[in-house]
Amino acid sequence: MATTSVMGGAVRRREDPALIQGRGKYTDDFAPPATLRVAFLRSPVARAKITRLDTSRARAMPGVVAVYTHDDVAHLGPLVAQVPLGKLRPLLAEGEVNHVGEAIAMVIAEDRYLAQDAVEAIEVDFDVLPAVIDLKKAASDEIVIHDELGTNRLHTWTYHGYWDVLGLEDQTPLVDEAMQREDAVVVSIEMVNQRLIPVAIEPRSVLAEFEAGYGRLTVHSSTQVPHALSGAIATQLGMQARDVRVIAPEVGGGFGCKLNVYNDEILVSWAARELGRPVKWTETRREAAGATIHGRGWIGTATLVGTKDGQFLGYKLDAIADMGAYTQNFTVAIPLLGLWIASGQYKMPVGWKVDCVYTNTMTTDAYRGAGRPEAIYYLERVIDAYAREIGMDPMEVREKNFWQPDEFPATMGCGFSLDSGDYASATRKLREIADYEGMKRRRDEAREEGRLVGIGVGSYVEVCGFGPAILAEIGFSWTNYGLPSSFNGSGLVRVNPDGTASVMIGTGPTGQGHQTTWGQIVSENLGIPLEDVRVYHGDTLTSPMGVGTFGSRSIAVDGPATLEATRLVRDKAAKIAAHLLEAAPEDIVFADGGAHVAGSPDKGVDWKAIATAAYQAHKLPEGVDSGLEATITWTPGNATWPFGTHLAMVEVDPDTGNVDLLEYYAVDDCGNQINPMIVNGQIHGGIAQGVGQAMFEDAIYDDDGNMLTGSLLDYPLPTAADLPSFKLAHTVTPSPINPLGVKGIGEAGTIGSAHTVVNAVVDALAPLGVKHVDMPLRPRKVWTAIQEARA
Amino acid sequence: MYPRQFDYVAPTSLDEAYGALGDDAKVLAGGMSLIPLMKMRLLSPARLVDIGRLPGLGTVEDKGDHVSIGALVRHATTAGHPLIAQHAPALAQAAGMTGDVQVRNRGTTCGSLAHVDVAADQPAAVMAHGGVAVIGSASGVREMSAADFCMDTLTSDLRPDEILLEIRLPKAGPGEGAAYDKLGRRGGHSDYAVAGVAAWVKMTDGSVSDARVALTGVGTKPQPMFGVAQALIGTDGSHGAIESAADRALEGVTVLEDLYGSVEYKSHLARVFTKRALEKAIASIQA
Amino acid sequence: MTVNGQPVTADVEPRTLLVHFLREDLRLTGTHVGCETGYCGACTVHIDGEPVKSCTMFAVQADGASITTIEGLASNGQLHPVQEGFWERHGLQCGYCTPGMIMSSVALLQNNDRPSEEEIRHGIEGNLCRCTGYHNIVRAVEYAAARMRGEEPPTPEWEGGE
Repeated sequence: MATTSVMGGAVRRREDPALIQGRGKYTDDFAPPATLRVAFLRSPVARAKITRLDTSRARAMPGVVAVYTHDDVAHLGPLVAQVPLGKLRPLLAEGEVNHVGEAIAMVIAEDRYLAQDAVEAIEVDFDVLPAVIDLKKAASDEIVIHDELGTNRLHTWTYHGYWDVLGLEDQTPLVDEAMQREDAVVVSIEMVNQRLIPVAIEPRSVLAEFEAGYGRLTVHSSTQVPHALSGAIATQLGMQARDVRVIAPEVGGGFGCKLNVYNDEILVSWAARELGRPVKWTETRREAAGATIHGRGWIGTATLVGTKDGQFLGYKLDAIADMGAYTQNFTVAIPLLGLWIASGQYKMPVGWKVDCVYTNTMTTDAYRGAGRPEAIYYLERVIDAYAREIGMDPMEVREKNFWQPDEFPATMGCGFSLDSGDYASATRKLREIADYEGMKRRRDEAREEGRLVGIGVGSYVEVCGFGPAILAEIGFSWTNYGLPSSFNGSGLVRVNPDGTASVMIGTGPTGQGHQTTWGQIVSENLGIPLEDVRVYHGDTLTSPMGVGTFGSRSIAVDGPATLEATRLVRDKAAKIAAHLLEAAPEDIVFADGGAHVAGSPDKGVDWKAIATAAYQAHKLPEGVDSGLEATITWTPGNATWPFGTHLAMVEVDPDTGNVDLLEYYAVDDCGNQINPMIVNGQIHGGIAQGVGQAMFEDAIYDDDGNMLTGSLLDYPLPTAADLPSFKLAHTVTPSPINPLGVKGIGEAGTIGSAHTVVNAVVDALAPLGVKHVDMPLRPRKVWTAIQEARA
Repeated sequence: MYPRQFDYVAPTSLDEAYGALGDDAKVLAGGMSLIPLMKMRLLSPARLVDIGRLPGLGTVEDKGDHVSIGALVRHATTAGHPLIAQHAPALAQAAGMTGDVQVRNRGTTCGSLAHVDVAADQPAAVMAHGGVAVIGSASGVREMSAADFCMDTLTSDLRPDEILLEIRLPKAGPGEGAAYDKLGRRGGHSDYAVAGVAAWVKMTDGSVSDARVALTGVGTKPQPMFGVAQALIGTDGSHGAIESAADRALEGVTVLEDLYGSVEYKSHLARVFTKRALEKAIASIQA
Repeated sequence: MTVNGQPVTADVEPRTLLVHFLREDLRLTGTHVGCETGYCGACTVHIDGEPVKSCTMFAVQADGASITTIEGLASNGQLHPVQEGFWERHGLQCGYCTPGMIMSSVALLQNNDRPSEEEIRHGIEGNLCRCTGYHNIVRAVEYAAARMRGEEPPTPEWEGGE
């Protein structure tokens, strides 16, 4: 592939040769001899007392090694959580169940077919209680799920009150005041941001092996956070961090659902220690739908107030967020991520209140975007409605209210500062690549023919790159898992004696191409060819202390750590090369696989010579220690704030309500790009997930708490046939927060897309008088909206 | 995910197969409906009789006055076979809209008919083409119209000791046209039918001399729409005639609500797709 | 049965799914399991040259069949053009759906050497990918199609191609 510069080049991925030949190894691919398999008995009812639980028949079955229930693991306590507010999940149901899919008993058998057979032989009786599913009902406390809490409300997040120390001003009165203005236009919509199932295509899997002789546990897990998992297992099993090694091998997608620590990971580790044999559990898709965390699940009313000529005066959100039945990792903190970007790209006062409530459903937590897609959806939908109300172009109304380039860093009412941005540059570029005026003409012509064609604009700003050490102060920390760090990034760079480089990073990917991107950083700065750099990750034994890949944080946090470590290695290598070349270190230049004296390219040494010398103390200049490696742990001073604007064109079939997504354009700004090919890939996938929420996906529990969408048959994901190709462009506003000038890009596509599609569909239906349709925009809903508007 | 245990028999002759069948046995052909149900343990036959190795059931054949689709003919074959395209175009279209490539490579048209899924594409098309189910057992062979064969949700007229050996479709004559159209669960033609209609129309001297129309996805089973056909016969097949015929789309249909449609919506779709399928069927004659 | 050209004989319980037989008995772990309803396509292999979902088939049904898995696609260390296309056009991220996606794409190109974008998208409809939004998978298949026709593949988007 043609590329002149390693950094910024569309370099083919280093990961791919193994993966395209079926030689990548995921957790379930590991099968040590004598591995036992696990199956769980899961609750078929949403809320009940367990009146009888008899595992004797199951235990007696051939091939069954053990059957565990709550009594066996009660001493381990409930599942650890980062933000341990409210009711934590019991490892196995403790006399009661609170959602369909909750684990009641754990069967361990010689193979997984036998384990499943034994699950069916467990006898369990329930005294079924009424379930709480509806969010408004949950908020009313008509029925309280956890008696000991006395309420279903776990927490309420407000814009100014989320962190008292900041002493923020309550801006709600400013918004209320603006509403009273004579020229005020107030637009308000109640909207559902529906619950979603993350559906990483690789089901979660965990394999634990205990070496009794050494007291060591090795756990392979399909996790985004190996260090956190290692700390959690150690904490929960009363072990020491040094004795728990977690390896995240290839991980087949995460999207946040593998950022949690799960009861199954703890239980499998515990069972391996109890039984002295390897134990493995791999979830089924049905379990993935009912016992792996869900995302979103909000209902709320968004209100925008502005002038008749398009000046925003204030914004309010009053919402309820679904926590599910138990608190896990970050559950209650997810809406907080949305709070920080509640005002989007716009300068205006905000009044924001989100009630977090328990329901008899699976726990919610981070799913791609995590709080941010919800926040942006409410804001950007109501902006669109306001633009329509005052008869202004939706792109123009946004541009009119953007923070201006000279206002950065721009401090918002929530106390955080947007690091950098030029929001209108993105819309200018978008107008150009999409021929926005031409699109509107085409839409209007189609309308003339009686077709329902619509265009949707959607902007977003994202907060990511977690993160600043300060977050630990408000509960965003990993200290409950025994980690010393808050959100540190880390990188270890070692030049081996043969002149190749090994790089170990504290973060591990789930498909983001870290081996390539980090290889580029190191290769560029050392002049070692990319082929000679190998990046390792995801093994707590070899990786420097880190956290993991989530919240679009790796490149913005672990990237700079690696860059700094690379620079240290380079500086040391310069001294060694200078010594070898009898020159001054400041005259040494690294390029083409070695070092040479500036101005004399023929006077040089290759990396092998430098590295060979580095490991032989007698060949080193005075004051230089032997060895050629450096480790850096790095913490940013702020998050990064990527942004962009998206544009979609749709057509609706008025007879069926079927929506066709015809065209999709996106301009995103993630600062500097190390590998634009990978950046685009992240955006493509992000858009598809946002479109998935807008058009297809819906995790549905009925009123009794039965999961109606437990298989992919009933939880439709977008397929290739449902999507168009996407046309992308970028603006580049480097972040001042880190030395790479990068911002995260993993979630941007998702945060930017759901509302863009809904805005387009509502635009298509606007001539009929439709003002809003809740997601997912399945034909049934769209048709119903048309009927209601016509009635 | 992991089925319960069962006995497996792979007979090499029909007689052997009949001998292996019985109350607790199930016929396994393509397995696209059966195996997922077994994996989820929603269905656990004691014995599977894999008819995949029986000779002579895997072909589409011209049998003079009809075309025969054998028990092992895959959806992909039905979708692409020139005999089906010529004589049963609605079925070819329905088979092409069934599942995805991999499912079409394994699943069988006869299996689809025998399974009687409420939202399957092909049974409706077989009905519209006047297809006949040929059913075999140790005691002989019997025939039954596809419409009668599909008795109820997931219930055919097949007895536990019987095998659906073939589907017979009358050959097409002059003035005939047929089409299948649907709304899939993911929108467009993707996935199971939220509503689908197959229509077959014969025009003689500018008027509709015969018609058969069948509906899927909406009611308790794929089923013929006699009222629509009756209303259309004798008309000129114009938009107006189709429009009024489609008003009878729900006669005899118990409309079921599911995740993809309310009763009202599905009732509406039944009319929409009746019109669309009829328009296309008639257009294909004129073409 | 024959797997990737090698004869294989084994006794298995009738309920053993083909995908488990391949992964656990033969240790061919390139074929993946993503769901239990035959929806995701991660388990796609070729049986007698045609793509099928090996999680919706019992191993005993494949008795006597010729099976090709992702591990058998490259020959003599030479990547199949579709594998090359996925690498060249960033057609994969986490790689989990990739083996199935590649097997479906190979089958598509066997039947159609000049597929349109729409034909490609329908040809891989039975394979779910959660990472790529399919955009670059389509580009990867277009690349492979050109290669297999002996033509120069289209310029990648990051070099100004459409």
